[in-house]
Amino acid sequence: MRTLTLRGRKLVGGLAEGVALVTKQPISFFGGVKPETGLVVERGHELQGKSIRGKVLVFPHGKGSTVGSYTLYALAKQGAAPRAIVNLETEPIIAVGCALTGIPLVDRLNKDPLEVIDTGDYVKILEDGTVEVRKSLA
Amino acid sequence: MNGEKGEAAATCMRLLVTLGELFEADRMIPITSAHVSGVSYKNIGTAGLELLEELAGKGAKVQVKTTLNPTGMDFFKWREVGVKEEFAREQLRIVEAFRKMGLLEELTCIPYEAGNRPSAGEHVAWAESSALAYANSVLGARTNRESGISALASAAVGRTPYYGLHLDENRAPTLLVQAPPELEDPLEFSALGYFIGQNFGRAVPLIRGLKTVRPEGLKALGAGMAASGAVALYHVEGLTPEAHRFSEKPLGGWERLRVDRKDLEETLRKLSCGAEGGYDCVFLGCPHYSLRQLERLTSKVRGRRLRRRLWVCTSRKVYEEAERRGYVAAIEEAGGVVLRDTCMIVSPTEELGIDTVLTDSCKAAHYFPSLCRVKASLGTLDACVEAAVRR
Repeated sequence: MRTLTLRGRKLVGGLAEGVALVTKQPISFFGGVKPETGLVVERGHELQGKSIRGKVLVFPHGKGSTVGSYTLYALAKQGAAPRAIVNLETEPIIAVGCALTGIPLVDRLNKDPLEVIDTGDYVKILEDGTVEVRKSLA
Repeated sequence: MNGEKGEAAATCMRLLVTLGELFEADRMIPITSAHVSGVSYKNIGTAGLELLEELAGKGAKVQVKTTLNPTGMDFFKWREVGVKEEFAREQLRIVEAFRKMGLLEELTCIPYEAGNRPSAGEHVAWAESSALAYANSVLGARTNRESGISALASAAVGRTPYYGLHLDENRAPTLLVQAPPELEDPLEFSALGYFIGQNFGRAVPLIRGLKTVRPEGLKALGAGMAASGAVALYHVEGLTPEAHRFSEKPLGGWERLRVDRKDLEETLRKLSCGAEGGYDCVFLGCPHYSLRQLERLTSKVRGRRLRRRLWVCTSRKVYEEAERRGYVAAIEEAGGVVLRDTCMIVSPTEELGIDTVLTDSCKAAHYFPSLCRVKASLGTLDACVEAAVRR
């Protein structure tokens, strides 16, 4: 089994692991993700109809209203939040949402996570921002 | 110190440290004031309400003077304008949570005219794009574009990460704008700002060619820029406090934008839906009207009969003074409604039977379709009053 070790910038620290859900499109949590379920509802989004609950969510960065930080908080309260977030280059909406809820957040990896991580890979986030990727056989 | 209070402060500090790391700040600096957005229940919903109640319950307390943005309703007249009971209940809970944390009940987007007016050089943490543009540009205070929650966290800790517009080097202009001559009406400044922000959304503009601009003109200019772009600081040559620091610099490295009157007309035309005459409501006061603006409106409507709804929004402080001077009575006798604590954009306008609005603010016209499902058109104050008088 192929394993990759990536190094990134830790913005909200913490240990987490889970199955990756990857999109090359930015995500607006406000209006784009249902806070009760973690279902992506943004029309035309690559992840529309998929759930981010319990996943290691990999996407470029957030977009849309800063109220998206509150949506991340609501997701966490409902137990519908992602286990961790990996961004290409994050921005304040995601950073604030993760800081409020303690969802581990890493960005600026030494390799493009959107290229080297695929949906279904098993991803482990370490306290120092190291990201271990066990490639899925599929 | 009790542990719970420590927990809320720790959450706020963690938020600020994360932002500091994100923007590569090397330290935290003290702030002297804060202004918090995300107050309307329509904007932040149940998720926001629950977070605020949790922070308040854990004993978060602001350490500096902190004001609040408009809510979804006038706290005194909400029944009169048709806001529903359920909305009002949740809205009151939000403001109660803020009150518990020590925020002032000044619910306005012009806090600088409601007792929260920082001086030049003061470091502050302000949200609300038009207010923070005014604080940076007109008052010479220093703030980044905070979100409601980052401004609240800064207020609770009394500090903000030192990066961005807190640093001298980031306050220098990146864009030189030549404005058309003899602009006068606030709507023209609103359109100029909107046009600049639309073309250079991340710039620090230095604007040339404006001779005298009243405070309401500068307010409209910054609000326009911050609505169409992410402009948080602009300079007006000969007018704003930091402009002189940059006027003598060689112009080689700046981008340039020349604005003609026809650019402004085009901007207004594109933002207008064209429902000529068929407006359900005239809306003034985005950003909130100052006392002088209310005085001007009063002089135009006194003794006349408004046949359409005309709503004008302002702050509680300005309202009280306007009431004392008889402006509120004159406007309301003519058939208008003077509202405080709110703004149509963040109130449940779509539930109030309003489909088309005429307004004197490009910022309002920008947000009406997406946030209120309302069609908007633009006109000067005179045009707005005439539209309200016509049948």
